[in-house]
Amino acid sequence: MSVASLSDFTAAPAKDKLPPVRGYWASVGNRLRYDYLTLFFLSVIAIIVLLAIFAPFIAPFDPTKSSMAYRLKAPGFRNFILGTDELGRDMLSRLLWGGRTSLLMGIVPVCLATLIGGALGVTAGFIGGRTNTLIMRTMDVIFAFPSVLLAVAISGTLGGGAKNGMLALTLVFIPSICRVAESATTQVRALDFVEAARASGGSTVSIIRTHILGNVLGPVFIFASSLISVSILLGSGLSFLGLGVEPPTPDWGLMLSTLRAGIYTQPLLCALPGAAIFITSLSFNLVSDGLRQAMDVKS
Amino acid sequence: MWNYAARRILMSIPIALGVSIICYTLVLLSPGDPIQSLLPPDATPEEIAYLKKAYGFDKPIPVQYIYWLVRALSGDLGISLQTNRPVFTEVMGALSNTIVISVGAVMLAFSLAFVLGTIAAYNAGRPTDKIATTIAVVGVSIPNYWLGIVLVIVFAVNLGALPASGMGTKGSTSFNIFDWEQARYAILPILTMSLVPLGIIMRTTRSAIAEILNQDFVQMLRAKGLGPLAVLRHAIRNALPQVMTVMGLQLGYLVGGSILVETIFAWPGTGFLMSKAILTRDVPMLQGAILLLAVTFVTINLLVDLLQTAVDPRIKRT
Amino acid sequence: MKPMAETDFANPLPINTEDPGGRQQPMLLVQSLQKHFPIKSGILQRQTGAVRAVDDISFSVLKGETLGIVGESGCGKSTLARLLMHLIIADSGTLVFDGDPVSEMRGISLRDLRKNMQMVFQDSYFSLNPRLPVRNSIAYGPIVHGMGKIEAQRLANDLLNRVGLNSEIFGARYPHELSGAQKQRVNIARALALTPRVLILDEAVSALDKSVEAQVLNLLNELKRDFNLTYLFISHDLNVVQYISDRVLVMYLGQIVEIGPVEEIYNKPRHPYTRALLHSRLSMNPADRVNEPPIGGDPPNPINPPSGCRFRTRCVFAEGVCESMQPKLDNVAGDRHLAACHMTNPSSGHSKATS
Repeated sequence: MSVASLSDFTAAPAKDKLPPVRGYWASVGNRLRYDYLTLFFLSVIAIIVLLAIFAPFIAPFDPTKSSMAYRLKAPGFRNFILGTDELGRDMLSRLLWGGRTSLLMGIVPVCLATLIGGALGVTAGFIGGRTNTLIMRTMDVIFAFPSVLLAVAISGTLGGGAKNGMLALTLVFIPSICRVAESATTQVRALDFVEAARASGGSTVSIIRTHILGNVLGPVFIFASSLISVSILLGSGLSFLGLGVEPPTPDWGLMLSTLRAGIYTQPLLCALPGAAIFITSLSFNLVSDGLRQAMDVKS
Repeated sequence: MWNYAARRILMSIPIALGVSIICYTLVLLSPGDPIQSLLPPDATPEEIAYLKKAYGFDKPIPVQYIYWLVRALSGDLGISLQTNRPVFTEVMGALSNTIVISVGAVMLAFSLAFVLGTIAAYNAGRPTDKIATTIAVVGVSIPNYWLGIVLVIVFAVNLGALPASGMGTKGSTSFNIFDWEQARYAILPILTMSLVPLGIIMRTTRSAIAEILNQDFVQMLRAKGLGPLAVLRHAIRNALPQVMTVMGLQLGYLVGGSILVETIFAWPGTGFLMSKAILTRDVPMLQGAILLLAVTFVTINLLVDLLQTAVDPRIKRT
Repeated sequence: MKPMAETDFANPLPINTEDPGGRQQPMLLVQSLQKHFPIKSGILQRQTGAVRAVDDISFSVLKGETLGIVGESGCGKSTLARLLMHLIIADSGTLVFDGDPVSEMRGISLRDLRKNMQMVFQDSYFSLNPRLPVRNSIAYGPIVHGMGKIEAQRLANDLLNRVGLNSEIFGARYPHELSGAQKQRVNIARALALTPRVLILDEAVSALDKSVEAQVLNLLNELKRDFNLTYLFISHDLNVVQYISDRVLVMYLGQIVEIGPVEEIYNKPRHPYTRALLHSRLSMNPADRVNEPPIGGDPPNPINPPSGCRFRTRCVFAEGVCESMQPKLDNVAGDRHLAACHMTNPSSGHSKATS
């Protein structure tokens, strides 16, 4: 075997022969570009989000205007493309408007929980010792509740409403995100490059910012993205139980619950809001899976 | 191992205490004065003061909590505002009904998921695998309260084959799953409930079996000329502890999170009880149900953990 | 020393020429350094024992020398390196850096110590932050010590060029795009960025292919000369240590068993453990076969090390005195060669003791 000389490293190879320098996120983006399934469901999410945002302009009717004459009409009746609900309100308009509350219930708690749980987890993981024990044992206690039970317990005792529902869901997600952030931080903290940063005299804040966060945020984001689907299901579930959004505000979970009255006359109507929840949650789940795969590859 | 078991059991005590604190705090934070619900609307201030003293509401909150905890430990969780019966009896009666459908759902999910997951692992990357993984994703994405309604539409409304709701025992608490006339009522709830654990157990099985099939010792078995069935036996034996653990945790989630499914089918379990308590603002009942369910969940997790330690030789906890 | 004008770099790299203690002052003076890691067990997690990773170690490092530290894995070499860098806090013992004791009260502060003493870690996937371009990893140290960002980047580029990596090509790259040897060059550049006077090289070349190991070793020798450095070279590879070191320190179970000039240690080892270690080396000559293991068994558990001499359980010369009395690290030949063995102490009572 021939021994390479030092000049092999110093001599500049032709630049065009080297692969382009790509940061981590850029290479994740590049891998996603060829994942057509994920891209498809990403565009489904984009459409759902756009429809919800522009609901006031798209919706053909006022979603809260009821009419006793046109109760529980089948899709296609008069101008009601998707029919009317048990109070004679236009289903399509209600579904479009309902997407707003349902998406909010899905996304806001996960974002809040990621901020709070992530900060707690990184703190616990980096400082370790008693601080870690205090934070993580507290999380264990909250974790000792099944998520549905905790969400119902909080909104059930505090009273319904979208605000309490979001608060409940945020509290439900904090412990698991905190655990992910804590274990990622604990792992990264022990790695040589963090030791080297400490040996260079970096302060705790500087090391966390420069060396820890970049390596911890990835796993935390992957995990948090998988929670959006859960949050949508749980949020709509709360509304279904009468604990989330309050009538007459349109919400998919709430619509599902009230339309049960018409289950024998118009079964199809009853299936519509459920299908909306299902498609949204499925899309978020699959995109999260695709993101996980794109971010998992090491080199 | 006994050392670990003892420590693990000891460790559950502070968690259970924490759970009780949360349950207590929730009621403190809930709107409305608890004393109000115990009194007639025309009660005099003297009567209110007397009752406050009698119930210990004049003491500082930590002391009130201790009183409450001591009573709870002796099985006294108060009286339901709605039924005027002890909360403990009501919840325990309902808990058995919840456990019946939860266990049924987990068993159904496990038997299907283990087979499907194994097939998927053996066909990693092929269409069979894709179908199985799709079922898994659908299972965890589908709102089961909606699935329940769809099942009711199909089987109860359109086909008229199965009852839409209730338990069919008319007040009797002795539900007999082996009696078809009664078991019919449990079929739809069990089906509905089983979908989430089906997805999760299948994912776990698939990755556990696939991981083992890729390991050196399995390659070795194949190289030694072992037939596929013998290799499968090795794979299953190694994957089973992990899958069983996930199954145990799922059982805990079902028992604790049965409220949606039970509400749809009016299945008289703890979830249905809570659902009614929420509608009628029956706070003692709600609090008691939450506490007992959370404690049940902690206990199931503890048992799963201990069982796993006992079964899986790879985990040597000290 | 090579005059800087000969190099083709735009900016001359900064060299730390400070020498407040004077030539005669040892660079590092380590006294009775000790670190025990507690072991907890039982239901209540009480401390039931301790791993004696570094147990009462004293030695000095002279200015401009390379001190090699050898020993089997688990003997406490890496713990020693981390104790010197204060990445782990010692239970007891003192460290004197060029005449100044390391303490916040008087002498040299931890921050100043770390500016003057840097460490090169073993090459691994995680010796460099996988999310940072290597140039930023090098510039990090100077930036936290107050250098401007642009200036720090320029310094990082110069250092990359100096360790043999074209900064235009490699500066913006991520660690996973580099080979092991290239990463190790970056690690060295990172350590040099704070213009230290001492480099601790912890298994710095151990993970590299033999073909590139020699190049990195040569680079280290060059840098030592050009930057006026003192090295602590930790390795389990006896050949590499022999090549690079001026003096060698042999560790066994958290203690020093022998220390002395490299020729004496390799040609006239006095401690049976050092001899066994040297015998275990593979020879390039196929006629010199090693058929029997030079030492039997595994190192004893550092939690409950043997009484007396810690090596006695594996030593063929072990006698009663070895069990009852711990040998002291003492002169064996001149004042530079020390060994901790009863056989080198005529008054120890060991039957093979010679003067």
